[in-house]
Amino acid sequence: MRAVLILAALVGAGLLAAGPARADSGPPKDPLAAFGYHLYGQYCLGCHGGNAAGRYKEPGSATGFGPGREQQQQGGIGPSLRGVGALAADFYLRTGYMPLRRIGLQPRRERVFLTNHEIDALVAYVASFGGPPIPTPRPGLGSISQGQALFAEHCAGCHQVMAQGGYVTGALPPDLMQATPRQVAEAVRIGPFVMPKFSKSSISDRQLDSIVRYVEYTKNPSRPGGWGLGYIGPVPEGLVTGFLAIPALLVLCLLLGRRFKREPGA
Amino acid sequence: MSRARNAIVSALVLLVGRRRRRPKPEETRLVPALPPNPVAELVVLALLGLSSLAALGFVLIYAFGDSLPNETQLLGAALGLAFLFFAAALIVVGLKLVPEEELAEEYPPHEHPGEQQVIAELVDESGTRFTRSRLFKLGLLGAGGTLGLAILTPAVSFGPLFHVGSFLRTPWRRGRRLVDENGRPYKAADIEKNDFYLAFPEGTNDEEKDQMAASLVVIRLDPDQLHLPSHLEGYDADGILAYSRICTHAGCAITLYRAPLFQPDEPRPALVCPCHYSTFDPAAGGTVTFGPAGRDLPLLPLYVDSSGYLRAKGNFDGPVGPSWWGVRMWKAQP
Amino acid sequence: MTRRAVRWLDQRSASAPLLRKTLRYLFPDHWSFLLGEVALYAFIVLVATGIYLTFFFVDSTKEVVFHGTYYPPLYGQKVSEAYASVVHLSLATRAGLLLRQTHHWAANVFIAAIVLHLFRIFFTGAYRKPRELTYWLGVTMLMLSLLEAYLGYSLVDDLMSGMGLVIGYSVGLSIPFVGENLMNWLFDGMFPGSPKLWPRMYIAHVLIFPILIGLLLGAHLLLVALRHHTQFRRTKAQTERTIVGVPAFPGQAPRSLGLMVGTAGFLFLLGGLVQINPIWLWGPYHTYSSTNGAQPDWYLGWLIGALRLVPSWDFTVGSYTVVPNPFWGGAAFPLVVFGFLYFWPWLERRFTGDHAFLNLLERPRDAPVRTAIGVGIVSWVFLVFMAGSADRVNVTFGIGYVSQIWVYRVIVWVLPVVFAFVTWWICKELQASEVVVLDRREAEAEARLARLRRGEEPPGDPGALES
Repeated sequence: MRAVLILAALVGAGLLAAGPARADSGPPKDPLAAFGYHLYGQYCLGCHGGNAAGRYKEPGSATGFGPGREQQQQGGIGPSLRGVGALAADFYLRTGYMPLRRIGLQPRRERVFLTNHEIDALVAYVASFGGPPIPTPRPGLGSISQGQALFAEHCAGCHQVMAQGGYVTGALPPDLMQATPRQVAEAVRIGPFVMPKFSKSSISDRQLDSIVRYVEYTKNPSRPGGWGLGYIGPVPEGLVTGFLAIPALLVLCLLLGRRFKREPGA
Repeated sequence: MSRARNAIVSALVLLVGRRRRRPKPEETRLVPALPPNPVAELVVLALLGLSSLAALGFVLIYAFGDSLPNETQLLGAALGLAFLFFAAALIVVGLKLVPEEELAEEYPPHEHPGEQQVIAELVDESGTRFTRSRLFKLGLLGAGGTLGLAILTPAVSFGPLFHVGSFLRTPWRRGRRLVDENGRPYKAADIEKNDFYLAFPEGTNDEEKDQMAASLVVIRLDPDQLHLPSHLEGYDADGILAYSRICTHAGCAITLYRAPLFQPDEPRPALVCPCHYSTFDPAAGGTVTFGPAGRDLPLLPLYVDSSGYLRAKGNFDGPVGPSWWGVRMWKAQP
Repeated sequence: MTRRAVRWLDQRSASAPLLRKTLRYLFPDHWSFLLGEVALYAFIVLVATGIYLTFFFVDSTKEVVFHGTYYPPLYGQKVSEAYASVVHLSLATRAGLLLRQTHHWAANVFIAAIVLHLFRIFFTGAYRKPRELTYWLGVTMLMLSLLEAYLGYSLVDDLMSGMGLVIGYSVGLSIPFVGENLMNWLFDGMFPGSPKLWPRMYIAHVLIFPILIGLLLGAHLLLVALRHHTQFRRTKAQTERTIVGVPAFPGQAPRSLGLMVGTAGFLFLLGGLVQINPIWLWGPYHTYSSTNGAQPDWYLGWLIGALRLVPSWDFTVGSYTVVPNPFWGGAAFPLVVFGFLYFWPWLERRFTGDHAFLNLLERPRDAPVRTAIGVGIVSWVFLVFMAGSADRVNVTFGIGYVSQIWVYRVIVWVLPVVFAFVTWWICKELQASEVVVLDRREAEAEARLARLRRGEEPPGDPGALES
């Protein structure tokens, strides 16, 4: 199913790539970035436009029907990638956020089908337009308790205090269980989708190390009390009450008390 | 060695021998006699033995389990099993070893007219010396009632009554700087687009920071994106907006800021409360766009001073926090 | 030996007649009659573990710096003394976590057992005359237990409990006309109140409410014993006048004790093996912090659902806010539900005109209208309860929250009515099918009798003249 969707997205992208906005300044000199340029033309051009300048308006060309229809109507619009830097490209590609299944969807963690080398090339190409480099968080230098406090202040509102993900009207802040330290650091700085983009004045690099260290902790927290139930609080606890504790006690009651069925001739 | 054998033999005699005891000659019994059930009896004894073992295990784990990684689990399993084995023993006793009787008897009578009569007469006749019985009852009621009231009166000192002042008061006044949780003042240049900041009034201690009207969520929007209603005109400082951090629905902290990276196809900016998902539009002066909140989010007017620091221009446009009867009647006060 | 002990006791207490009566008190036998007992035993576990916890809890919101090296993520953070004491009790006191978790699980099970017990009472008509008083005491205990449990987890002062407390405060504040005064008085000022709030909540949780519940429980059991238990008409011997049951001793005692010890055992097992409310993970509460996915414990889930379903609206007259929004979901909704529970015995008597003394229970199908109304109310509350977890459903299953809320806003009014009608119809069908079975049996018996008379069937058939 997923493969079919990705294929559809690719075909759509390819079709659009054949459309307007092709004029560009040609491949960069650096061989890796040049390879990235070709990949860009294959996968990204349709939405992000030539020279990574973005596509903001596209005349509607509604054809056909089915899931692809909306995409064509929207005509593939995407933000400019000039100046977003290596970190944004690295984040979106290595999490599988891009390519998007359909314009307007929240990007989600998907299987990455580009090879490592292809991603490196695309990152190099996007980085050739300038922008911040890929951050290297050092969680070892952070303080876990400071991280807890900072996470509670900046992140817990959306991602839940144990980074188990949550809900905000219009979007689903993901859980951070699969997020690598580098991806956490990148996301804090770029603010994917509707996430705020935290500046260095708001979260310093040292504080970011602490946050990353805390996020690493949430992946395998201490659970001295037994089965952790997903660390999201009362909902699973209620499920255990309703589907484990109460049935067990009901069985005990059924064992001890008379049931109608046992009656002879009733 | 022989000691051990003696012990085993006596244990066996105790266990098996008792069963051989002759039943007493059948008299008039209250509980029906049933044949012994040695298997069930043995099971009960085994269960009781397991229960005491588990209970002992609990004590041992408590005493020596300090270094064990799963101390709580082991303690819980030991104690839980001790109880459960004991319960199993009791259940086997109840289902297999105790004579099963089903008896019948009359339900208690619906009422006791004789006693009712006596009680009523007792009360009535005892009161015949009173000539003004109605007045007496009234007096009794009055004294009892006022006494009750008197006893309850000290509870009034629980807290202030008829005092709306504290609900309107905020620590904000003109000129007060906005600081972060460490007391560092915010400059207008610190506030970037798509980021959101927690702010307090300058010079508050930790306890005062917990006052509902103290905390703010500060954001920056494009000035041309703003469409503040006319009565909030000028509350922003170059697109910087400072809203109360406390939701007007049920008082939770607004710690969700929806900040779209790419406006054309992502949801608009919004401040959201995680308790009941009340969603406020910061560009429109904090109006509610979804969820149960019944009031707009209060907005604190701001200005940037000559050294670039963010300062309050006055007070919130309305009282902070969840609604009560007078929340629309007064303005927030310093 | 036994006789000597009994003699000793009787001489000193003159209790032999009472004791004899008690030992031969009859318990009609049905598994559903044990649900109330489960609640009672969970309450005993609550009191026992709760007493232990009081020795370790500090009822103060004074700010301290957390110095427990046993939990690094909180080390050096500013927390309240109450929160620090519970973290210490959980992580650095031997068997402390076991008792705390058992206490919390027992609370969850306690209220679940009360609710199931209430269902049994309602759907079998056990609340009818002469047992209305027993029923009202029970409903009152349910209400008190909800408040008691809410106070219990609010005391901890962790991030989630703080969010729960401020929501409760807002609901109190929203009570028309008096809310602001009431909350000002209880909290000694605006939220988060004065330092006196915590001792108040604590004494209410460990003394006032437990004693109230205990007293009502005593009265509840006394009334049950005085009027004797209701029974199903399982045999011909069981009538409105005659009770048939197992005597307390020796028949019922080991079973009830087994249920008590078993309930305790199961709760301790849960307390040791399944983590509940890991407050050290939530961190401390401040009015300006909150977390996503915060929910109340299950028994208050119907209230968060109701709070979330109410559309954005404050009822105002001029600038006077008559009914602030949280009142509808947080106060009016539970008031309607509890009001229904209180008034139902009276309402039913009003409409059926049945003023008789009733000791026999009805099966749900025997009273289709009551069962239908009951199912309607239960499904109404249950749908609202489900709406309370719509956000987690969105996270787990990807069904949009906003659409869910809109769907719930409609179906909480429609589906209960549908369910009520369907229930009524099923009850009627079940009744009708029973008549069919009875008719058939009667006809078969007649036919067999006729064949017997004509000598077509050998007379030795054992079942021939029965049924």
